[in-house]
Amino acid sequence: MKLEIKDRPGQLVAALKPISDVGGNIIAVIHQRDPGSASDTLDVQIVLNLPEGRLEHLIDLIREQGVSVVRVGEERLLHRQEVIIIGHLMHTDLSDTVDQIDRTGFAEVSEISVVMPAIDQPSSAHLTIRSVSSEDMGKALEILHRTAKEKDLLVIKPLEECT
Amino acid sequence: MKVAIIGFGSVGQGVAESIQNKDLGIMITGIADSKSGVIAGSGIPVGEVLAKKQSQGVCGDTDVSAWDVVKSADYDVLVECTPTDITTGKPALEYIRYAINRGRHVVTSNKGPVALAYKTLITEAGEQGVCLRYEATVCGAIPIIHTIQEGLAGNDILKIYGIFNGTCNYILTRMAEDGLTYEQALLEARELGYAEADPTYDVKGIDAAIKLVILANTVWGLDKSIDDVEITGIDNLTPEALQLAEKHGRTIRLIGEIDPAKGTLRVSPRIIPQEHPLVVDGTLNAVLLEADMADGITMIGRGAGSIETASAIIGDLIFIRDRYVKAA
Repeated sequence: MKLEIKDRPGQLVAALKPISDVGGNIIAVIHQRDPGSASDTLDVQIVLNLPEGRLEHLIDLIREQGVSVVRVGEERLLHRQEVIIIGHLMHTDLSDTVDQIDRTGFAEVSEISVVMPAIDQPSSAHLTIRSVSSEDMGKALEILHRTAKEKDLLVIKPLEECT
Repeated sequence: MKVAIIGFGSVGQGVAESIQNKDLGIMITGIADSKSGVIAGSGIPVGEVLAKKQSQGVCGDTDVSAWDVVKSADYDVLVECTPTDITTGKPALEYIRYAINRGRHVVTSNKGPVALAYKTLITEAGEQGVCLRYEATVCGAIPIIHTIQEGLAGNDILKIYGIFNGTCNYILTRMAEDGLTYEQALLEARELGYAEADPTYDVKGIDAAIKLVILANTVWGLDKSIDDVEITGIDNLTPEALQLAEKHGRTIRLIGEIDPAKGTLRVSPRIIPQEHPLVVDGTLNAVLLEADMADGITMIGRGAGSIETASAIIGDLIFIRDRYVKAA
């Protein structure tokens, strides 16, 4: 979320305190001061993890501190992983392969690029999978692994499994 | 210190040359290749034997066999560098066991015996009070075993992962950089002498898996065999897969990994960031160790080659010379 706070000591702490009060976890605080700005307010971006259903309450608490919340961007699928799959992707129904992950509800394929050099040759695809948590990512990869085995596809995983 | 060399191919010759050219306090008293042998208690004229091998294809007298050298030459250390047989380990395994039970130290570059019979060999060496060393079997010139056992002594080694096969690394580098197909890159590797006529062991990941078995058994005292390794080779990779990886700032390398806490013993092609320390070019090997005190240590070096392999063997010989032979 993006906040607008007064450029005064104590304001940032006041803005952040409610986050821990509602059980949230701060991942990053990006705090850029525009040297040319004559404004007495400061833009701060906060990246955080929040238990489900607490967002409205948090925004109320922050506003009570006299801080305005400029924008809230909600991102549910925080975990991201790339994989490459090789094989006869079209003949083995690529949309079904993708759907196996999408229909879980906790993970989805958010990007796919496919290269098909010739009709009788194996195709290659780069997939980005997003999931709610790292455990869910593990489950999604397990599903992909199983599907790939059934369809005789090669799955190449990243060295560091979660990014 | 007296040594006998069994196996006089490029590695055996590399070892003999290094002993001849450097003042290491090492004398060669026996040499054997697959067809002949030479024994001389007062020291073999290495230059003459190397010249004979070059011109006639044999190192010595055809009446003298490798077994004669193993059984009767006067040596402190047997240097065993015959070709690897990964199914039986023979005949190297028998030479090594004979020498150990004769009360002699052994240095080998041969993966077969160490991967197949580690427990037996190490137990017998212990009983005989002799030393068995095999630095050259894993990552060629990189002193990985010495680093773990000596340099990192006292550390708990948590994980080891890396690039253990230079042939595969060469093929993947060429596919990524110049868009060669797997077949083209393999052909080129063969022409340059990086790949065997039968490249199966390399490209199917078996060679890398054997090295993982050796490390797992050495470092953690496990009793693993090649059947315990989950293996995927590089022979089904497409240039398009590499290009897709490169487009995303990544590449693909054949990675071997041992993580005993997770029970992982695996060789597989993996997506890896291009700036990762394990991403090395050409035939290089690279290995990353994670230790409890030292944290991460990465080593990069040549995984094959006659002088490079000889470097590892000479290191083992000098270790034995200083720790055992001189001390005796």
